[in-house]
Amino acid sequence: MTEKKTGLEQGRKIRVLVAKPGLDGHDRGAKVIARALRDAGMEVIYTGLRQTPEMIAEAALQEDVDVVGLSVLSGAHMALTPRVMELLRGNGQSHVKVFLGGIIPDEDLHRLKEMGVTGVYGPGANTEDIIRDIKTAVAI
Amino acid sequence: MTISQSILNGERLALARLLTQVENNTDEGRAALMELFPHTGRAHRIGVTGAPGTGKSSLVNQLALHYRKKEKKRIAIVAVDPSSPFTGGAVLGDRVRMRDLSGDPNVFIRSMASRGSLGGLAQSTANVTQIFDAAGFDIIIVETVGAGQSEVDIARLAHTTLVVEAPGLGDDIQAIKAGILEIADILVVNKADRPGVESAEKALKAMLELAHPTARVFKHHGTYMSVNMPAKKENAALWIPPIQRTVSTEGTGVPELAEAIGRHVDHLRLSGDWALRERARLEVELEALIREGLMNKFRGELAAEAYENVLESVLQRKRSPWEAAGALLNGDVK
Repeated sequence: MTEKKTGLEQGRKIRVLVAKPGLDGHDRGAKVIARALRDAGMEVIYTGLRQTPEMIAEAALQEDVDVVGLSVLSGAHMALTPRVMELLRGNGQSHVKVFLGGIIPDEDLHRLKEMGVTGVYGPGANTEDIIRDIKTAVAI
Repeated sequence: MTISQSILNGERLALARLLTQVENNTDEGRAALMELFPHTGRAHRIGVTGAPGTGKSSLVNQLALHYRKKEKKRIAIVAVDPSSPFTGGAVLGDRVRMRDLSGDPNVFIRSMASRGSLGGLAQSTANVTQIFDAAGFDIIIVETVGAGQSEVDIARLAHTTLVVEAPGLGDDIQAIKAGILEIADILVVNKADRPGVESAEKALKAMLELAHPTARVFKHHGTYMSVNMPAKKENAALWIPPIQRTVSTEGTGVPELAEAIGRHVDHLRLSGDWALRERARLEVELEALIREGLMNKFRGELAAEAYENVLESVLQRKRSPWEAAGALLNGDVK
């Protein structure tokens, strides 16, 4: 018998939700990431500005994504990120990897990792690194 | 409990998971499709197509809102966006226009990448709608890739096809060309608050006056497939596509559009066209599956070497492709 193929080997695409929770109106970073992930062969569901954690979790469920990428520039990441993760878990999607980008102070990094955030990226982060980290994180 | 039972019980996570399996054409997805097939055939499939930027997603948003408020129907939305032909990746952005629908458990939105398919839908879009149908959604709205002039697969899948136009996109020559306008059951002139709406509507009207009804023969992946239509009832009224004006950012004209869709459903039921369209769609699906199965069977029985040899002889111009195919099918190869 042949070895059981993993999902990705069967031609499955990595599906990523890119969302902007909270009230800041700057989505250029999120769009740059969406485009970079597209160019890396992923299917990116882009939901636009000013999403509530509830809207994000609902979209993640309906789209059956592997990864949720949050972009937060407002400083509210310590409130929004745990809420999104709690809702994902409540929906039975604890397998979904959460990545965070934006203006994130160093002193928050440790607590974010403890919450289970897979990767955190600030301004100037290399999209190649993000792509590599996503591929590593969702490999089954 | 099997995944099919979970779907019939209305479990949303199971539904989302199965849609992925169906999209990836896995064994599990195919098995569930077979199990769920007896539960399909109830939903009304509405197709929404038109050029990029005409406002399809916003219109779908408004239409779904209307159905939720006025008719309390369960709505599924399948929104297809293009995959990159180079990387296979995609940015699926239709949800951006559908945020009003968030938080309603009776609305389920799924974005799909076209994954190399050229007809405006993905290969698995029809199967995805079957799952939604079995899951008990009353209305399934399928939004195509921003389509040009030949992405007409949607007409084969949908019971009612809306073609969305906007002012300023083309003159009456565009309107009489074959293709996308021909498949419209309802023509929508969106962005009707913009200048030029009268001339856009006039061009469409002129096209409708020139048109005369033709038999529906669908082109499927490059092959014409004529569908054997049982004789229509003699007294069945002819459907002439109405032209509806909308402003989808505000919802203007959407109740009237929903009424026109309702009239089209009545027409389909009364004239027997509903059954004809179901038959046509399932016949094309059956033929495609037979073709795929025959091809696999043929390739399975044929020695790989024989195939290579024949291909090589064609390359060297010793045999024409027609002769080669004939020889292979007759088993007449060394």
